[in-house]
Amino acid sequence: MSTPRLKIDNLFCERDERVLFEGLCFEVNAGEVIQIEGQNGSGKTTLLRILSGLSRHFEGDIYWQGEHLDNCAQAYRESLLYFGHQPGVKAVLTPRENLQWYASLHPEMDLTKLDYALVKVGLKGYEDVPCHTLSAGQNRRVSLARLYLSRAPLWILDEPFTAIDKRGVAEKEALITTHAQEGGTVILTTHHELAMGDKIRRLNLDQLAGTL
Amino acid sequence: MNDSVPNQSTEESMVHVYKVDGPFWGALKRDLLLSYRRKSDLVNPLIFFLMVATLFPLGVSPDPTFLADVAPGVVWVAALLATLLSMDSMFRSDFEDGTLEQILLSPQPLYLVVLAKVLAHWMLTGLPLTLLAPVLGVMLFLPAEGMGGLVLSLLLGTPTLSLIGAIGAALTVGLRKGGVLISLLVLPLYIPVLIFGSAAVQGAVTGLPLGGYLAILGAMLSLGLVMAPLAIGAALRISVSG
Repeated sequence: MSTPRLKIDNLFCERDERVLFEGLCFEVNAGEVIQIEGQNGSGKTTLLRILSGLSRHFEGDIYWQGEHLDNCAQAYRESLLYFGHQPGVKAVLTPRENLQWYASLHPEMDLTKLDYALVKVGLKGYEDVPCHTLSAGQNRRVSLARLYLSRAPLWILDEPFTAIDKRGVAEKEALITTHAQEGGTVILTTHHELAMGDKIRRLNLDQLAGTL
Repeated sequence: MNDSVPNQSTEESMVHVYKVDGPFWGALKRDLLLSYRRKSDLVNPLIFFLMVATLFPLGVSPDPTFLADVAPGVVWVAALLATLLSMDSMFRSDFEDGTLEQILLSPQPLYLVVLAKVLAHWMLTGLPLTLLAPVLGVMLFLPAEGMGGLVLSLLLGTPTLSLIGAIGAALTVGLRKGGVLISLLVLPLYIPVLIFGSAAVQGAVTGLPLGGYLAILGAMLSLGLVMAPLAIGAALRISVSG
């Protein structure tokens, strides 16, 4: 057996004296898509924030390609694309400026495809319009355009389809499938029914934490 | 340059060569651009600064000899409070729209990004305050000999104020109402800067050598440049983690 890409060992997290999950163990391999399920407040976002390295309110160990996360934080950040609750888009900047700024933070991004990515997320013609004039869905699309630019193997996506229309969701699903086929790993939460069939592995936090 | 080339609608135009900035330059450029597009934030500290200098003679005494005595202190205190006023918003909008998370998840050194953000903040508050200070000096009858000292001490002192203030801003950004707390956290650390800053101006007025005061202000600035970004980075990680 090769080492799993991401290994979560005995993860424990509580919030306001309420245990969100306890003894959570799972492995994620290359080419896998994991959907974290659970009712509202079951800790999906918290788990994703822990996995991305943003939150440190947890006990337990996370290993990235066999190495403890504390020892390879730099390498981990290089291979991670995180899409959070807030899209991370500056309202007074244009989509193009937003993505250019991302590229300065994430040097692995392929900026030559910037125009292509904006066309793909349906923002052709909006490249140089300040983002505060765009709709909520379009703002999230600006951030989702990073998926087309990124070369990071691990994607952590928190509710990526919120406020995205049906066609957009289908396109993103296809993109996620391609990413997994190319050896990438995706961990996501969503309330949409994903039409990916057996390619997707589901992880139910309610069952794991026994809060059902 | 590149922008002047008309956009073709062919497939090739999709592959446009964009320059990728480094983390420092990218963050600096972005913050300057943001302030440029939201100009009201820009003039706020300056108006406050100007108001203090205008109202002080009205409220206390318009007597030129009295004003000349207190001018170094008043200008310095006004500059300090104007900086403090602008501190709270430093990371606030980044925190709210999620870009701060992206900064923290970047593989680029956080030190450089934070330093660029502080530099941008200083260029938009401390630097204009420093340039405006001689005008306030004239309004408060500060003797002409004191002007050099005033500008030099503010030039060395205001970046330190931005650096220290950013630590407080980073610590309180996760709180709903950080405004009061930030003043409590930061004001004690501002006091040494204020003491040596206004003393430098007073020294310049009385014709004393300035070297010592400026050296101490410079030392505080160098210490701040090396240490503060580390503290700011750590504070941001704590705030976002919460």
